[in-house]
Amino acid sequence: MIAIVDYQAGNLASVRKAFDYLGAESAITSDPQEIARASKIVLPGVGNFEATTALSGALQEAIVRAIDRQIPLLGICLGMQWMFQSSQEAPQLRGLGLFPGECEKFPAAVKSPHVGWNQLRLRGDSRLLRGLSHDSFVYFTHSYRAPLVEATVGDCVYGGEFSAVVERGRLFGVQFHPEKSGPAGLQILRNFCEL
Amino acid sequence: MLTKRIIACLDVNGGRVVKGVQFSDLRDAGDPAELALTHARSGADEIVLLDISATYENRSTLLDVVRRTARELFIPFTVGGGIRSLDDAAAVFDAGADKVTVNSAALADPALIARIAHRYGSQAVILAIDALRISSGDGNDISFGVKATGGRQSTGRDAVKWAREAERQGAGEILLTSIDRDGTRGGFDCELTRAVVSAVNIPVIASGGAGTARDFVEVFHHGRADAALAASIFHLGITPIRALKQELLAAAIPMRWPC
Repeated sequence: MIAIVDYQAGNLASVRKAFDYLGAESAITSDPQEIARASKIVLPGVGNFEATTALSGALQEAIVRAIDRQIPLLGICLGMQWMFQSSQEAPQLRGLGLFPGECEKFPAAVKSPHVGWNQLRLRGDSRLLRGLSHDSFVYFTHSYRAPLVEATVGDCVYGGEFSAVVERGRLFGVQFHPEKSGPAGLQILRNFCEL
Repeated sequence: MLTKRIIACLDVNGGRVVKGVQFSDLRDAGDPAELALTHARSGADEIVLLDISATYENRSTLLDVVRRTARELFIPFTVGGGIRSLDDAAAVFDAGADKVTVNSAALADPALIARIAHRYGSQAVILAIDALRISSGDGNDISFGVKATGGRQSTGRDAVKWAREAERQGAGEILLTSIDRDGTRGGFDCELTRAVVSAVNIPVIASGGAGTARDFVEVFHHGRADAALAASIFHLGITPIRALKQELLAAAIPMRWPC
């Protein structure tokens, strides 16, 4: 069972719907015990980095323990940003620090938020992006972006380059919304299901 | 490169897609769920569903339509019409919408935008503006007024100022419809679009007047729109989305392709 972690950050129904469509069993939950039993974990979320304060205490502990047990984790949008050390959006908070660096605002030269379909440039091997072609279009909607890091396997250009996909071992993060990215997005979720 | 978006709009009344001219004279154009899937498969970048009746009796019909339409749709899906409160918005999100549009209720209570944005994020709230040209006495000065309740009621507001206020309240996008052009297929109002685009730093969706591919080229070039929305020309197959996108690519407008 795939646990979709509910921490009151936006609408999780569309992620659930995509897993239903792919025939994968999933549940929206904020119960640490249910997360502890999950075979995979998805951290979705949109909105302000401050929302990640709800990911503390027993909930955070359950996620960290699952990571230690090599349970695959996929962070989507805000969920991915939380996997970094911090964000300029809420500097007083810490992320999980699974990937180094701080998420930052877009430069003033471009409209923010970055909304719409942009291209994913593949860099290096990725299990999550298996079967995707270079420059596939995916749907973004975000005001802060994650830096390029060693684990960046896909980047995107909007007011400069940023991390669109990070991957290390069984840890995965995508800045865009695979559940809203048409066939390319469904391929990514299918790859995650098949891990 | 970030592309310009082509959005297919479904105007829904009593569970069916309808199409009218200048907000009246409604005709049946099909089943919303089927049309949404057809448009997504032919390359639409987003689907917008507007409940144009938005009466109390129709709410449960609408939620059922939203649920059916969302089920197999994996591109952004926006629902609007009759959203008067955070609870109305929540019901539509629960039924499977990714974004909502607010219009008349936000005119009466602009903080509604902030309340929805606070709970669901700015990216989930679109302010819909129905704008109408107003000429000064000598006809040299043009401004754009805002109408409420489906274009029927004057508000005394200016479209450009209202867009700016909505941005301050936390709207993530503006859906800007020209009442003068709606349903005419005579081209978008590029002047209106450009005036609003220049005033805000959030994406603007141009709507009203889509006819030929040329109209889209103009609203992206001259109107500087981030997205353009159309209904009947897509439903009736007058301008198929795939062919439209090819023409726009040929005119050097960035499009999601292949799709």
